[in-house]
Amino acid sequence: MTATADVAAPALKDRLMRVLAEVPDPEIPVVSVVDLGIVRGVREGPSPAVLITPTYTGCPATLVIEASIRAALDNAGHADVEVETVLSPPWSTDWISEEGREKLRAYGIAPPPKGAAGASLRNAEAAECPQCRSTHTEEISRFGSTPCKALWRCLDCAEPFDRFKCH
Amino acid sequence: MAGDAHLFEYALRLGDDSLVLGQRLGEWCGHGPMLEVDLTLANVALDLIGQATHFLDYAGQVEGAGRDGDRLAFHRDVYDFRNCLLVEQPNGDFAQTMARQFLFSNQQVLFLERLSGSGDATLAGVAAKAVKEVAYHAQVSSEWVIRLGDGTDESRARMAAGLEWMWRFVDELFETDAVDEAVVAAGIGVDKAALRPEFDARVGAVLADAGLETPPARRPVLGGRTGRHSEHLGHLLSQMQFLQRAYPGATW
Repeated sequence: MTATADVAAPALKDRLMRVLAEVPDPEIPVVSVVDLGIVRGVREGPSPAVLITPTYTGCPATLVIEASIRAALDNAGHADVEVETVLSPPWSTDWISEEGREKLRAYGIAPPPKGAAGASLRNAEAAECPQCRSTHTEEISRFGSTPCKALWRCLDCAEPFDRFKCH
Repeated sequence: MAGDAHLFEYALRLGDDSLVLGQRLGEWCGHGPMLEVDLTLANVALDLIGQATHFLDYAGQVEGAGRDGDRLAFHRDVYDFRNCLLVEQPNGDFAQTMARQFLFSNQQVLFLERLSGSGDATLAGVAAKAVKEVAYHAQVSSEWVIRLGDGTDESRARMAAGLEWMWRFVDELFETDAVDEAVVAAGIGVDKAALRPEFDARVGAVLADAGLETPPARRPVLGGRTGRHSEHLGHLLSQMQFLQRAYPGATW
């Protein structure tokens, strides 16, 4: 394939990733399914597929995410591309992109530190307050409004906030 | 290679354990002693029901008779359920619920760690994902055992009573029968009996922190794996399966 052909027709993978980057997470709509690392990859070839992975075993958004991706692919003319779920290796918060982390912070959710997944299931280190950036914070509840979040409180600015759990 | 019948039975047991305990914890929804605890119990329930979906869907695939996870969950009667007796025990008060969770999750976390190395890719994948969540369940329930055991006379008495109720059902968590032997021999199952020393050490350390006595050994109560259940499971199913019993095959 020549360079000109590449420009004229971007690889299927690139076209699909552009579509997927516009599919929001249903619970945290400021981040996309690509930002969160839910999209594991694209299989090209005779039976093309988007490979996705569930975040939390019991996440009730899993089915909605799959349906949203299906709809986005159909609308972009990719009805022939399948959506396949893969379980292994298991998703971890390390797969959230840098851009995704910034979007979470701007939305008021303390993002998990990069590289901390698995190392610290206790999430014992103080979270950084997404409002005032203080680390003078405390956990209110390990379980929050969704399976992926814990509830924290800032002891400086007194605001409660969600923390995306290291996972 | 374990026969499909053994693998089906194995996946069914794992799914039923998670399903029944998830349903039990769901009964707390809106009744927790405080908001944070309510959220905790509902979240743990959700994790367990997620596990159940994976295991039961897989059981249905292995069986190859056209049953999926929902079919298995909602269209079997008591005698066809394969969960251990511990998970079907009534919630009782909050301490009794935490005693059940503490014992189950501390076994489950050890079990799933091993299962994540299973030669069966589906079981290994589900286990590797779930074990991270179950580590939370084990931790949060252990913390409550300590808080209640090391709390007031009232909380301590309730925690001790909760453990006393649940203790009879611990041995079944480590029971090994022909199904277990077949899947272990095939390199896809976990040798549960081998987990016992580590379980005893974990549980013993928490009870010591809580200032609670390890309850004396009881004659073990077994039977869940072969469908011989306590009267509690039928009542649980009558609620969980109500809709499919009243309107078989209903979808929405």
